[in-house]
Amino acid sequence: MSKNNLPQSKSFPTVPLNFKWLLKMAWRDSRRNRSRLFLFISSIILGIAALVAIYSFGNNLNRDIDDQAKTLLGADLVIETNKTLQPGVEDWLKSLGDERSQERSFASMVLFTKNQGTRLVQVRAIEGRFPYYGEIETSPASAGKSFRDNKQALVDKTLMLQYNAAIGDSVKLGNVSFKIAGILNKAPGQTGFSAAVAPIVYIPLQYLEESGLSQKGSRITYNFFYKFNDPGQVDRFVKRMEPRLDKSELDYETVESRKENTGRSFKDLTQFLSLVGFIALLLGCIGVASSIHIYIREKISTIAILRCLGLSSKQAFIIYLIQIVGIGFIGSIAGAILGTVIQQVLPAVLKDFLPIEITAVISWPAIFQGIGLGIIISVLFALLPLVSVRNISPLNTLRISFEETHLFKDPLKWLVYFLIVLFVFSFSFLQLRDWQQTLFFTIGVLGSFLILAAMAGLLMWMARKFFPSSWNYLWRQGFANLFRPNNQTLILITSIGLGTAFICTLFFVQDILLNRVNLSASGNQPNMVLFDIQSNQKEKVANLTKSMGLPVMQQVPVVTMRLESINGKTAVQAKKDSSRSLNRAFEREYRVTYRDSLTESENITEGKWTGIATGNKPAEISIEEGYAKRIDVKLGDKLLFNVQGAPVQTVVGSFRKVDWNRIQTNFLVIFPKGVLEDAPQFHVLITKVPSAKGSAEFQQTIVKSFPNISIIDLGLVLSVLDEILNKISFVIRFMAGFSIITGLIVLVASVLISKYQRIQESVLLRTLGASRKQILVITALEYFFLGALAAASGIILALASSWALARFSFETSFEPQFLPVLLIFLFISSLTVIIGMFNSRSILNKPPLEILRNEA
Amino acid sequence: MLENILTVNDLSKTYQSAGHTLTVLDKISFSIQSGSTVSIVGPSGSGKTTLLGLCAGLDRSTSGIVELNGIRLDNLNEDQRAQVRNQYVGFIFQNFQLLPTLTALENVMVPLELRGEKNIRAHAMDLIDKVGLTERMHHYPTQLSGGEQQRVSLARAFSNHPKILFADEPTGNLDAETSHKVEKLLFDLNTEAGTTLILVTHNLELASRTQRIIRLKGGLMISDENTGAEQLNEVGYVKE
Repeated sequence: MSKNNLPQSKSFPTVPLNFKWLLKMAWRDSRRNRSRLFLFISSIILGIAALVAIYSFGNNLNRDIDDQAKTLLGADLVIETNKTLQPGVEDWLKSLGDERSQERSFASMVLFTKNQGTRLVQVRAIEGRFPYYGEIETSPASAGKSFRDNKQALVDKTLMLQYNAAIGDSVKLGNVSFKIAGILNKAPGQTGFSAAVAPIVYIPLQYLEESGLSQKGSRITYNFFYKFNDPGQVDRFVKRMEPRLDKSELDYETVESRKENTGRSFKDLTQFLSLVGFIALLLGCIGVASSIHIYIREKISTIAILRCLGLSSKQAFIIYLIQIVGIGFIGSIAGAILGTVIQQVLPAVLKDFLPIEITAVISWPAIFQGIGLGIIISVLFALLPLVSVRNISPLNTLRISFEETHLFKDPLKWLVYFLIVLFVFSFSFLQLRDWQQTLFFTIGVLGSFLILAAMAGLLMWMARKFFPSSWNYLWRQGFANLFRPNNQTLILITSIGLGTAFICTLFFVQDILLNRVNLSASGNQPNMVLFDIQSNQKEKVANLTKSMGLPVMQQVPVVTMRLESINGKTAVQAKKDSSRSLNRAFEREYRVTYRDSLTESENITEGKWTGIATGNKPAEISIEEGYAKRIDVKLGDKLLFNVQGAPVQTVVGSFRKVDWNRIQTNFLVIFPKGVLEDAPQFHVLITKVPSAKGSAEFQQTIVKSFPNISIIDLGLVLSVLDEILNKISFVIRFMAGFSIITGLIVLVASVLISKYQRIQESVLLRTLGASRKQILVITALEYFFLGALAAASGIILALASSWALARFSFETSFEPQFLPVLLIFLFISSLTVIIGMFNSRSILNKPPLEILRNEA
Repeated sequence: MLENILTVNDLSKTYQSAGHTLTVLDKISFSIQSGSTVSIVGPSGSGKTTLLGLCAGLDRSTSGIVELNGIRLDNLNEDQRAQVRNQYVGFIFQNFQLLPTLTALENVMVPLELRGEKNIRAHAMDLIDKVGLTERMHHYPTQLSGGEQQRVSLARAFSNHPKILFADEPTGNLDAETSHKVEKLLFDLNTEAGTTLILVTHNLELASRTQRIIRLKGGLMISDENTGAEQLNEVGYVKE
């Protein structure tokens, strides 16, 4: 029987881990690899930097919103409505608060008298000392107050530039000319973004009546601003007043609610940006996983020797885990420092979207969050190759035969994959706070990785299957490197492909959006919309249009109304049912038209179209089919509308399919003729002007003759949209830049690893007599194939996703421009070759023996 | 009566390759007394290295028993076998197998560090001195010649006071002169420590310096003979 100093049963004692020694060993083992390890982990630096920058920005934003919330609102309480005030309500509103101001805002045309330039603007007619907190920022600063006492206006700075106007010039609004008292730099709560969409002109409220712009039927928003001597009582006050405010259909906003709303909307922005940063981080992690995989392969003999000397598998695993944690920590700190620097730039990048001044101070919570995230994610992704360390046999000291542990044979690898997916899901959820969106994002990210990995696999298979045996040796060697052992095909196609796909998709989407608008504005499509035409002006405007040689392509009446009940169920009862679809139906204001026939853009899909109302029966209306579905209305349902005080009973007679892509008036609800003719209404006229000059002339004529009429010039809309898209795409490109540069770092790391992989072979080839040029050509070709295939894969993915977006989301055709795509392809391919060649220069320029001694 | 330090009984190793069973070792049995020196010789592919790997617990047999210092290795898992190696086994490899990121001294210290022993530096320096590398103890393996690397490997092999030393072609990568020096050092250190030595080699001259030669061919043990060299017991050399 055996003599046993060591027990043989399952209770075999395990050697204590001796963490101090493991730490020492990890340090020793990393000695000659630290620069390489740092290069591997540098892939995550930019991802961490992006996240730290965004988190810091978000934290600073929240703090600044708290500090500046009062100046966002300009008052302690704002009460708002877009309905004409009922008798008694205005007096009541004028009795609230300790100090009050009021404002009417609406869209109208402005005429610059000096050069006769016209433009649709947002007019704000103001009375009182508003804003009570902060100020209307003007040049000169005194103009913000002084304009109120005279027939003077403040004009948005972009408008002033656009129409070459100067202080002292005049602008005409309706029937009144106002002297420009100052340039409006910033209204309370206004962003650069909103100024581009709707530039503001302030006038004193006392001249509104005289201007003739506040006629019945005009769409005016009434704002009442209040200051309280004790701002602490505002919330209590509002709570007490809430029933009356609801009854009078008045909305209100307090400093607290504005703070919440602003915080919420910017939370969305920072969440979106952090998801973009997260993609950069994930991309870097793929680089880390790949690099560590190669690193561990190179460590097989070291691990085998240590195993021979008695190191347990757990100890071996921990030694390399310590290295990863250490280097991940250093990488994360570098990322956090870089992120803190980048954060100083973010307010400038996002300035057009921000209503407040952002202070860029160091945010320690963001830094700690970034470092923690960096360590977790580098360890998580490094675990994939690290778990293989457990299976390295000491037998490798006698014969090196590293066999990849098969996924199915090592359940721990499944666990790691599960943890990665769980981490991606959890992190996304923390940003989005919505299960469905999180699921889509996670599936989208993982799907993109899997598709690119599958493409890489397919390419390797095809390269092997259809190997071009007739090519000369150098081309064959370069091409064969795509699928030979230790190839970099998978990692490069995934990382570079994803970066390329990201950029190309952004480019394509911007193109789709602009093309869609361009298409609408081209050919025989109308390009000018006149609205707010009063009934008595209808004929005159049409005649004037025709007299200028322009077609009247469409002229329709518009009546605004609200929905009172559906099948007898009112908004209050619907609220009790907490049916969201019904609530939505009651909340909106309906702008409907009436006519006896359908237009070309409409088709009845269900029910029967009735063009003329008959007798005393309820009017049979037609509803757009999608909207009917959304508010859950069926044929035959009875809808009671409130047409500016008068109840009108209707029944749903038909559903229509509407082509919304045409430039013309389209409506959710259409009434038959014979019901709304006497209701307060305005008219819309649609025409086409042939040129910018014709447009200016027509607008000037209309504004001079009919100052209350507003004009939308689609050419201007197009340029504004272009400007907005450029601003948005700049932000997105800025964030995508992190992914691109991460992709490049992963590329450098991958190429460097492949250098170690290829070095023996290149040296052998040189020893066998290959010239520098031949090695150069083989190396260049390999990197060209890799770069070209990676870029092509990314572009194909971007084409597919952009097509899907165009087809299903924007419902338009997708015609990509190929020249920019070709340029991106050539740029990525060339860059890969250049980096590859740069990293391989030592192999080319030094004698084989020297390289073997130094690097092998 | 000397105890058996290593007992091998009906030891077989087979591999599955492309649907075929390849038998590398076929029912090998022998036992080795503590303190003896044994060579395993045979042509390439005869199963020498596989046998060494199995005896040292580097690999698992397909069938049969390996008992090292009274412990049945086939019952142990990989980590337990690692512990056995750390406690009782020393190794010398043909290609030295030094840890490239550790200095010569650190390489010698590692087996003892793994045991968690303290104050080992003096012992490691003493061994480095015995192999004549005091001047180079802070050098990394790549800064040492092949002979110097093998001398560090020898120092490391004896550092944990092993009961049995496995040497796989210890002079296979060295020139004749260096080989001779390393052989002498190996046998001198072995004699001094009283360690059992199992030597796998092609070199019959080297094999003849051990007391016993086991010959393998095609996975079978074809002979097991004494050479008449000196035998060790617990107290020193005796003539058999």
